[in-house]
Amino acid sequence: MSLAAIETVEQAGGLQVLLSGDWTLATMPEPLSSLEARLREIGAGAKAWDLRPISRLDSAGAIVVWRAWGRCWPAALAVSTEHRSLLERVVAIRVERKEAGSRAARPGLVFLGEQALAALDHFAGLLGLLGQGVLDLAYLARQPAQIPWREFSANVYKAGALALPVTALIGFLIGIVLSYLSALQLKTFGADVFIVNLLGISIVRELGPVLVAVLVAGRSGSAMTAQIGVMRVTEEIDALATMGVSRSQRLVLPKVLALAVTMPLLVVWCSAAGLVGGMVSAKLQMGLSYAFFIDTLSRVVPVANVWIGVGKGVAFGFLIALIACHFGLRVRPNTESLSSRTTTSVVTSITVVILVDAVFAILTRNVGIPF
Amino acid sequence: MNALASGGHAPGPVIEIRNLSTRFGDIVVHQDIDLELERGQVLGLVGGSGSGKTTLLREIVGLLRPSAGTVRLFGQPVLDPDPARQRTLRRRFGMLFQQGALFSALSVYDNIAFPLRELRTLDEAMIGELVMLKLAMVELEARHAWLMPAELSGGMTKRVALARALSLEPELLVLDEPTAGLDPDRSESFVRLIRMLQMALGFTVVMVTHDPETLGGLATRFAVLADQRIVALGSAADVLAVDHPFIRNFFGSGRAAAAIGKAAA
Ligand SMILES: Nc1ncnc2c1ncn2[C@@H]1O[C@H](COP(=O)(O)OP(=O)(O)OP(=O)(O)O)[C@@H](O)[C@H]1O
Ligand SMILES: [Mg+2]
Repeated sequence: MSLAAIETVEQAGGLQVLLSGDWTLATMPEPLSSLEARLREIGAGAKAWDLRPISRLDSAGAIVVWRAWGRCWPAALAVSTEHRSLLERVVAIRVERKEAGSRAARPGLVFLGEQALAALDHFAGLLGLLGQGVLDLAYLARQPAQIPWREFSANVYKAGALALPVTALIGFLIGIVLSYLSALQLKTFGADVFIVNLLGISIVRELGPVLVAVLVAGRSGSAMTAQIGVMRVTEEIDALATMGVSRSQRLVLPKVLALAVTMPLLVVWCSAAGLVGGMVSAKLQMGLSYAFFIDTLSRVVPVANVWIGVGKGVAFGFLIALIACHFGLRVRPNTESLSSRTTTSVVTSITVVILVDAVFAILTRNVGIPF
Repeated sequence: MNALASGGHAPGPVIEIRNLSTRFGDIVVHQDIDLELERGQVLGLVGGSGSGKTTLLREIVGLLRPSAGTVRLFGQPVLDPDPARQRTLRRRFGMLFQQGALFSALSVYDNIAFPLRELRTLDEAMIGELVMLKLAMVELEARHAWLMPAELSGGMTKRVALARALSLEPELLVLDEPTAGLDPDRSESFVRLIRMLQMALGFTVVMVTHDPETLGGLATRFAVLADQRIVALGSAADVLAVDHPFIRNFFGSGRAAAAIGKAAA
């Protein structure tokens, strides 16, 4: 293996340039632009070129030589037939630039309008998915044999049973922190016993459902989007369609129903863990006995709060799964789109959950609050 | 002198496989395989479906660690513990995957430009010309450069993948079913293209193929993988002389015999 070399020979007709060695990507000295400039400079006054001593010439080498010639054939050229055919290929190159414009900066108003249209489009998509779900339910009610029990139970297991440890842990820790911080404040007012009211209402009504919703959106929502998205990338959804399997019945419906069923259970579980955490902390810090805590809890927190929490669980679970499936089905067949859709799915579902939570707060403002 | 060149054209085989065995759990795919390939040769690897051809290629390029035995490329172990040496070695061969394995988020242009940009020594204009040249070599048009992989037909995917494998001007080309999914015209021009490039650049090729025309048109040596071993290795005549059910079946068919016979003659 030899390096690319340039020689000049004085001849009767004038200067002749001799190229020898290996003119390949691996053997040409870097950077290539300076090699090209040197070749151009040496060749400026040359009458003839001899490329026969070149032992190996690849397309990168051929491009360097062609560019050094200023993109036209020299007056006299000696070259082997193989290398000439390679050079001819280089001559035939037409570099086609991508037509610009799609990425051009847009004025703010247009951008805003496009975003609004996109949001509207997603909303329409979600409504369509919802409508399809209702039709599927009606169909399955008449054809109970087709109900996808397996997918449903698999989703309940993945989104519910497997999430039990983490939701309990988070609920317990939040309960402890909340109880500890509230106790510090309440003590200064001598209002220690109200810790039970405070923890009871806030955890059961508000924190439990929202915490679980955020956790499930990150855990199961992203998984659902990614799963459906990869199935789009690998054309598995098309394969299902050709087998006459409805994607909405087999993929979307079981996920939405499973999450709508599991979420309220997770909410109850997480709220209970939060209350246990609060109880433990209250006992350690303020010496409130467990019996007193439990007894007071049942007196000061109306049971309506539990139903509100459960109701939120159903609504949040339903929305998270619906949004996750919607974005999964919108994944375009490439990895970049997969990752951006998964991100959008999680962000959207958490945002929607918080919005819906606010709506719940307004609608239930007269329910379940004592005195 | 740059790092790529310092590898040198050491004499000796380009591929050297010694006592290679592969197991996936209890399944034995290869047992004690020995294989050598000299510079400039084109090895056609044939074998039944599931006989472990793709697996062997993956071991040759260092994507999979064999259960036992060693693979050396250009005299160096493929699984070199030194990352810099391994990177240098990996730039010296190009691989065409059975399924194309194009980067789905990048356009055809960017897929082919990717390895060139990784070199970090080429300017964008040079890269542009190289990409268009490779596209022309695999008989794709310039306007195809801006398509995304999902918008390509199966055969186009193959050709883009080949263009990408060729983009670094490799000394060794590893091809897994290069002509599967191409129409006869295209596979013929593929054979001509590899022949032409091979004459100009003198690279070495290992290829898995079921297509007798491709095999007969390109291969200078043949290896037959069956019963977890290489049951026959050598020129067409050598392989035809071996008595094995797979060889009788594969090379016994009219088309294959005609194509290989041409190579043997
Ligand atoms: N990662 C893996 N784990 C377990 N088994 C594997 C794995 N990869 C391959 N195999 C098995 O090894 C065997 C060889 O597979 P390989 O893909 O190499 O076949 P092939 O010869 O390329 O077949 P084809 O001609 O159909 O492409 C097969 O039986 C396959 O099931
Ligand atoms: Mg294979």
